[in-house]
Amino acid sequence: MRRVDLLPTVVALGGALLLGALLLVALGVNPLQAYGVMLAGALGSVQGLAQTGSKSIPLVLVGLGIIIAFQARIFNIGAEGQMMVGALAGTALALALPSAPGPLLLPLVLAAGVAAGALWAGFAGFLKARFGVNEILSTVMLNQVALYLMQFLLSGPLLDPAELASGTRIAQSASLPPQVWLPRLIPRTTLHVGFLLLPVLAAAVYFLLKRTTLGFELRAVGQSPEAARYAGIRVGTRLVLAMVLSGALAGLAGVVEVTGLHHRSLEGMTGNAGFAGIVAALLGRLDPRWLIPAGLLFAALLVGADKMQRSLQVPASLALALQGLILCFLVSAEAWERRRRAA
Amino acid sequence: MPLESFLFSTLRLATPYLYAALGETLGQRAGVLNLGLEGTMLVGALAAFLTVARTGSPGLGVLAALAAGLAMASILILVSVVLKGEQGISGIGLYLFGLGLSGVLYRMTAGGVRTVEGFPALSIPLVGPILSGHHLLTYLAFLLVPLMAWLLNRTRFGLEVKAVGQNPQAADAMGISVLRVRALAVALGGMLGGLAGASLSIANLDLFQEDMIGGKGFIAVALVYFGGWNPYGVLGGVLLFASVNALQLWIQVARLPIPSDLALMLPYLLTIAVMALAPRRKTEPAALGRAFDR
Repeated sequence: MRRVDLLPTVVALGGALLLGALLLVALGVNPLQAYGVMLAGALGSVQGLAQTGSKSIPLVLVGLGIIIAFQARIFNIGAEGQMMVGALAGTALALALPSAPGPLLLPLVLAAGVAAGALWAGFAGFLKARFGVNEILSTVMLNQVALYLMQFLLSGPLLDPAELASGTRIAQSASLPPQVWLPRLIPRTTLHVGFLLLPVLAAAVYFLLKRTTLGFELRAVGQSPEAARYAGIRVGTRLVLAMVLSGALAGLAGVVEVTGLHHRSLEGMTGNAGFAGIVAALLGRLDPRWLIPAGLLFAALLVGADKMQRSLQVPASLALALQGLILCFLVSAEAWERRRRAA
Repeated sequence: MPLESFLFSTLRLATPYLYAALGETLGQRAGVLNLGLEGTMLVGALAAFLTVARTGSPGLGVLAALAAGLAMASILILVSVVLKGEQGISGIGLYLFGLGLSGVLYRMTAGGVRTVEGFPALSIPLVGPILSGHHLLTYLAFLLVPLMAWLLNRTRFGLEVKAVGQNPQAADAMGISVLRVRALAVALGGMLGGLAGASLSIANLDLFQEDMIGGKGFIAVALVYFGGWNPYGVLGGVLLFASVNALQLWIQVARLPIPSDLALMLPYLLTIAVMALAPRRKTEPAALGRAFDR
């Protein structure tokens, strides 16, 4: 991997925050005060820092998957759905074996999440390799299917018996057996040991892409499928494999949210990380070495936006709008940089 | 369910898809993929809703939706046509921006307003209960199909659109401004996207909710592929899709022993199946998704 130019990242964040400030002014909110609340909320206390760290976990896991798929020029928009099926598979397994010992059950639960995400994404990879179906569209459709599957499971087969008994019927599963809860890194905060996975997996993905034949083949397929085929690479299986790996990481993100943070499956448990992880990956210039700092930075923005909503009554949807602007700035700056280099 | 009401709701449900997918067809024929259609529809729906809530005039609501669609399209034109940023990513950016913006604006402006009085149902004599009783936007949506076909196949602008989508280098050599044609096509497509949103918020449903488009914009993009980038093909895809939607509504209403969440999956599964099994199209614009550099 060549040296990474972070200029587009800086431009994108700065530009989006500037436009966000204009939007805040238009809404009658003092942007300096709003951004001050965001900064203090995300980084100004142990609780805030822990929340930022814990928020970055799914962003980085999803982002690693986005990076792998993008090597083969596959754009996996489906991480949101892959997270949901991962979380649901892990939940179902943990609830089915409530008395199994933790050291046995936890790896199985994580593996179930990884496998479910891998299958969900692998299906989109298969559709692309076999039938030429655009993966952006198929993964978007599969997101909707996963959403309805989740609603079905959480209001029926997986519905918490306590919700059924009390008649409130809030769509959520029963609490997972405590032996699969990931321990907290800092007591009485949301930061759990899933955070320690990030450097390990980022290093593994870096090694995979830079040092292995598979990494080379994925890049070859991404640069020119025809040339890769001519060189004897089986393009179809590589496309499926890229999606499977990408989905496995998203599935892991889902099941880690459940075992580490929520301790049950519930609606909204992905926290939109399936999309936010794409933004984090692009902010890190699709380089595993930069993904963790980018993920932390972006997590701070999201945690800060949440605090802003609570203290200034600015809807947290503002964070979504900012994400969209960041993406637009990023691709613009990237295209500009590409042309400047070519000139 | 009586066949009559099934066909009636099929036509009604087809309305937003028609505007969105026909607009997307125009942009894609010029070589620009607008994945942000969903976000455009949301902003258009909100603009129309707020305008009608303030003024009571559905006509002004339509104008507001067109303007909102144009504004959203301008972002895509700037990012992906002028600055040549990756279209898939900028589209997702536009979607998230529209989703967030419409959420913020709705919460901060609409206050307690839940529903509006939008386009009334028109009763048309002699055409029967399936074709009569729709609102104006439904009739216009179906008229738009031949109009779009005429625009693409019978006008100079349509020829230019197809030329810059097929071979922008050659079009450029012939003196066509690729940027201008692409910008115009995306702008018109975005305005239709805004109108698609309005057809929900001030006609089909007469209300606004956050995230109310619920994936219809993405489906409309898929329907353009399904329809082979041809307005009549798109019409066929929209009707098939709307009929599955109508069927799914009927499953819920008739209380068949199928969980409603599973019935709601049907349209999406159908879209996937159709994309996989439809014969490979030769009509895909050769330069679709590619930025133009001399």
